[in-house]
Amino acid sequence: MSSNTQSSNKPSTIDLVNKNLAKRYRAEKRFRGYGIASILFGLICLVFLFTDIIGKGYTAFVQNYIQLEVQLDADTLGISDINDPNQVAMANYMGVIKRSLRERFPEVTGRRDKRKLYALVSNGSGFDLRKQMEADPEILGTTQSLWFMADDDVDTYIKSYSKDGKVFTGRTDEMQQGWIASLIEADQVESRFNTVFFQNGDSREPEQAGIRGAIMGSLFTMLVTLLLSFPIGVAAAVYLEEYAPKNKWTDLIEVNINNLAAVPSIIFGLLGVAIFIGMFGMPRSLPLVGGMVLTLMTLPTIIISSRAAIKAVPPSIREAALGIGASKMQMILHHVLPLAMPGMLTGAIIGLAQALGETAPLLMIGMVAFIVDVPGGVTDPATVLPVQIFLWSDSPERAFVERTSAAIMVLLGFLIVMNALAVWLRKRLERRW
Amino acid sequence: MEATANIENATGEKVEIMNDVVAQPNVDDIHETVGSPFCENAKMAMRDVQVYYGDKQAIFDVGLDIGKNEVVAMIGPSGCGKSTFLRCLNRMNDTIDICRVEGSLKLEGQDIYDPKLDVVPLRARVGMVFQKPNPFPKSIYDNVAYGPRIHGLTNRKAELDEIVETSLRKASLWDEVKDRLQSPGTGLSGGQQQRLCIARTIAVSPEVILMDEPCSALDPIATAKIEELIAELSENFTIAIVTHSMQQAARVSNRTAYFHLGKLIEVNDTEKVFTNPEHELTEAYITGRFG
Repeated sequence: MSSNTQSSNKPSTIDLVNKNLAKRYRAEKRFRGYGIASILFGLICLVFLFTDIIGKGYTAFVQNYIQLEVQLDADTLGISDINDPNQVAMANYMGVIKRSLRERFPEVTGRRDKRKLYALVSNGSGFDLRKQMEADPEILGTTQSLWFMADDDVDTYIKSYSKDGKVFTGRTDEMQQGWIASLIEADQVESRFNTVFFQNGDSREPEQAGIRGAIMGSLFTMLVTLLLSFPIGVAAAVYLEEYAPKNKWTDLIEVNINNLAAVPSIIFGLLGVAIFIGMFGMPRSLPLVGGMVLTLMTLPTIIISSRAAIKAVPPSIREAALGIGASKMQMILHHVLPLAMPGMLTGAIIGLAQALGETAPLLMIGMVAFIVDVPGGVTDPATVLPVQIFLWSDSPERAFVERTSAAIMVLLGFLIVMNALAVWLRKRLERRW
Repeated sequence: MEATANIENATGEKVEIMNDVVAQPNVDDIHETVGSPFCENAKMAMRDVQVYYGDKQAIFDVGLDIGKNEVVAMIGPSGCGKSTFLRCLNRMNDTIDICRVEGSLKLEGQDIYDPKLDVVPLRARVGMVFQKPNPFPKSIYDNVAYGPRIHGLTNRKAELDEIVETSLRKASLWDEVKDRLQSPGTGLSGGQQQRLCIARTIAVSPEVILMDEPCSALDPIATAKIEELIAELSENFTIAIVTHSMQQAARVSNRTAYFHLGKLIEVNDTEKVFTNPEHELTEAYITGRFG
């Protein structure tokens, strides 16, 4: 090893090592640099995505209201008996609102201008007034100062007005802009938290559209998916890992499960149409059917992750259980499953999170229908969050742009909650051995 | 030494099996076990046992008796089949798909490989302690109580408490853990964990305890404790122990069986094996010429 044993013209080993050392360190630095660069790229994309969505969507969480002095006289409303619910329901609420608008802007004449004037408030205002009347019949015959939702065009205009110098006029014309300015000056426009967005189902009118229907639809669909896919997936994984003999049939099953995990989700949608709707004649648009289709899609993920979790249980624990005379089932139920549970749950939640964001298969089974009512169960027609986003992103009204982004935020919120739950469950259930 | 092939059994554990038979003094010609493999009051009697892993034969014609309340040590170089043979005695080899056992293995006259025999009660009668301490990730109490619970030995809490206490006392662990029975068994030291595993095994009152290198993962002090324990346990139980340590075999056992390349070469009283071995291979092994 020492230098005097080597011929003098040959560099010593340590010199060669030193010479190469700098090169090695440079290579290592580059190698690390690639990793940092890819992480930075991902982060930048994420920041762009979030700024874009939040920037577009945050305005959807507020809604402008217009204050009007409304004379609730029985004649105009057409209510002769306040105790008759039919009359209260059918009364001409829009009429009194229109009259109060005319009184607020008496200079407006002509049919066309009046129609523009009426378009300042949401055409759902009549329903809001009816609700108030039903809640408090005493107000009949009085004059009330009430707030009504601004129409979506007006709302968008006011929001752009207050946001920056560039005003988005949209479909409002100069005459309407004048009225709005006058209302704002008189402090008769107020921006409030948009509770409607979280309380209503879908609507053709953006200001009345909400995501509650989609949230409930997603919730029911996920419930069905979880209740079906988790037990089936775990049972399949346990059988394949613990009981199945190793032969070409189980190999075939294994290959198929792995392949199914990579099948485009729309194929599962077609399968759902063919089997659940075509063969079994189930109705379209149901969370029940949607959940079943998503179960088919999620099963491979759950089976694969459950098998991995079962495989990861140390053999020493199995031997210990078998060695004192536990039966195979006792070994699985008492030792293998509890130890594999965190992994299986993580897999299930990740599978569900994937299913939560799934659109294509649900389009196939008709969950894309325009459904106004908030579903009350798994057999009520419903839509889901991603489909709602898809529907709104396709709508021409400007006000749906911000609502689309807001719905995306809600969906992302759900996904973050689910992933956090997965992490928490894993931490909670993990046992050391 | 000899080349070994690793075959994974059903539980994913590596099982070392013999692959090539490396030339050793006339090993192929050995067909008889020298010494005294059989005894009068045999608890377990094995005759002509052959074990195959797939096509490879791992055990050849082994015949051995394990007497009542006797400690039999099985020694031999790695891959000689001693662990494989031990695992046949309570059918732990059943978990290995490709493993096949032939011959007659009897526990008090009952053939343990009888297809009609249920392995669950068999394993309750023939308990096993493994190489690596493997307590369940449960409390100390639940570890010991698990066997009695699954076998339905008692339904009463007080009785179960008593079983746990006696088992832990017999495993000389009681004094160290009596104040923390509800803390996890995996939190104990290695030696304590192994004694917990022994307590867990004796909680179901087996007749035979198989020990597969129970001290190989322990330090000398913990080892000494376990050895002491084995001596005490031999009063009530029949014990078969596989060990790599010849000193350990010499200290704890009544009889010693020397395995070599799947064959049982010599069985004799422990003292005789270590002072005056009959077979040249045994002598070569205990004098450290290979192993």
